Amino acid sequence: MNAMTEFADDQSIALGAPVGVTIENVAKDFGDSPALHGVSLDVHAGELVALLGPSGSGKTTLLRILAGLEAPTSGRVLFGGEDTLGLPVQDRNIGFVFQHYALFRHMTVFDNIAFGLTVRPRRDRPASAEIRRRVLHLLDLVQLSGLEKRYPAQLSGGQRQRVALARALAIEPRLLLLDEPFGALDAQVRRDLRRWLREIHDRTGHTTFFVTHDQEEALELADRIVVMSKGRIEQVGSADDIYDRPGSPFVFSFIGESTLLPVEIADGAVLVDGAPSGLAFGETGTRPATLGFRPHDVTLVSDDSPAIRGRVVAERRHGARRRLELQVGPKHLRAEIDVEVEASRTLGSLVAFRPERWRIFPA
Amino acid sequence: MSDIAVSQSAVFTGAATEKRPVRIALTVIALAFLGIFLLLPLVSVFYEAFRSGFGVFLKAISDRDTLAAVRLTVLVAAVSVPANLVFGLAASWAIAKYDFRGKSFLITLIDLPFSVSPVTSGLIYVLLFGAHGYLGPFLQSHGIHIIFAVPGIVLATVFVTFPFIARELIPIMQAQGTQDEEAALSLGASGWRVFFRVTLPNVKWALLYGVLLCNARAMGEFGAVSVVSGHIRGKTNTMPLQVEILYNEYSYQAAFGVASLLALLALVTLIIKTILEWRYAEEIAATRRH
Repeated sequence: MNAMTEFADDQSIALGAPVGVTIENVAKDFGDSPALHGVSLDVHAGELVALLGPSGSGKTTLLRILAGLEAPTSGRVLFGGEDTLGLPVQDRNIGFVFQHYALFRHMTVFDNIAFGLTVRPRRDRPASAEIRRRVLHLLDLVQLSGLEKRYPAQLSGGQRQRVALARALAIEPRLLLLDEPFGALDAQVRRDLRRWLREIHDRTGHTTFFVTHDQEEALELADRIVVMSKGRIEQVGSADDIYDRPGSPFVFSFIGESTLLPVEIADGAVLVDGAPSGLAFGETGTRPATLGFRPHDVTLVSDDSPAIRGRVVAERRHGARRRLELQVGPKHLRAEIDVEVEASRTLGSLVAFRPERWRIFPA
Repeated sequence: MSDIAVSQSAVFTGAATEKRPVRIALTVIALAFLGIFLLLPLVSVFYEAFRSGFGVFLKAISDRDTLAAVRLTVLVAAVSVPANLVFGLAASWAIAKYDFRGKSFLITLIDLPFSVSPVTSGLIYVLLFGAHGYLGPFLQSHGIHIIFAVPGIVLATVFVTFPFIARELIPIMQAQGTQDEEAALSLGASGWRVFFRVTLPNVKWALLYGVLLCNARAMGEFGAVSVVSGHIRGKTNTMPLQVEILYNEYSYQAAFGVASLLALLALVTLIIKTILEWRYAEEIAATRRH
């Protein structure tokens, strides 16, 4: 199907058919410091994928490699089965949205959005009436109709980012890449734009990668989340996978709130600080391990049965519940649990609890 | 009335807490300094030039050698300013947009003409291209004359004025980073289009300032040009050199006449700069902010 005629259809903003992306063993070194160690990932056409991780995890580097703004030190990137090695940025046909918008400040909103069309070689360039029609259509899509004569400096942050998105969409990209697109915006605008980006994605069907360090954004927006840390992919999965079945202590502690305690597994029991915790783990033999649980997944224990015991060192209001910060055992391990608001404790008092849902990771 | 004024100033002075006499004293010192060291010489140049009337002034500056000096000065500026425009753009582009070994050395090198005495700059060219220099004999045997000729004057001027444009561009290009260029590339623009449609418009005001300053210096340069020129009347004298010659010959009227032309150049440069800043204030502010 011809992308241009599809674009002419007023119901949809169309594109070069969205492509699947295959990342094979991509590594990147900046000087001596490796930013990515052999990352592999398969993404279907039309998928909305979040690259989530703390700063320095390599997520932006991976995005820039996809865009062709960085070259991988080794490994391959394929768009729809086609190797992109040596394909310059200009010929990749990707839409890239920057955290700080990178709008051309000396051009009007109209000229910004039209830029990708007006810089095409003459034989590929649409007629100016066609460019105008498309730009106005995109402005409508990003809900900025009537602002085409403004300059970027005359727009709010949220408006600028929407112009940046319209500009990226104007070239009918095969792939849409967003680098912390909402990072510079305030909380309310972020939430609105997030919902709105999901709608645009559902209408246009681009294969989309976006980089974020905000787990809430990733969980809410993405079809699949790629959790990255220190240049490696820690886990790939849906929001439920990542949250409920974390593959590593890093993912467990990075996504949602959590407590990690060093424990010992001895003949089917989990020992915290040498004492039985009341948790059973079906494994023979003895080995050190890490116990992970979430503050809201615990029950208090009032009798002398095996449990984790700690002294209250702080308490604070946490939403509808009360959060207790406990010091466990002589090694001053720290644990956080949520209790009913009424169950306030004096500092220094002893609290016993058992996690309801918990996970054991290798130590 | 005065009570109100006093109480208001007590409220609004904020960080500037100096008393009124101190403020007046400081203002007077600054103004007196400006007046004595900047304004007075400028006024006296024009006063001396026109002291015996406009006719005498016209006659002084329409002397054949003086006109030749004006033509040479314009020629030198017309060559060295575009040359430095290209060099300056290339150097600041490389420094601001790329990371490479020896970058800080390059920045230092660009500043070299600022820190070296212009006379030394001129002597370097004599050493290179003079009759007893490294390259001079070879060039002369091929009929190429550089020292005591126009090419030497142009080279010396290019050297001395090199930092002006690069110095204006580097900070603003560094502040703007490479995101705009990357965005343009991702939208399919070729390297040249990115340069002409994104990079150049982003720095056009800084570039214009640089060109103005570079031009003023190119026309006014004395030291380096004096060494390589040879002071051949009507041939290798620029306006500043012509002023010196006339002055040494006690033709004060003519000397001040030519000097007033140079002073006029400075004033016109300042006026253009001010007009641009005033006329395009908003656009300049928008360019600098991001």
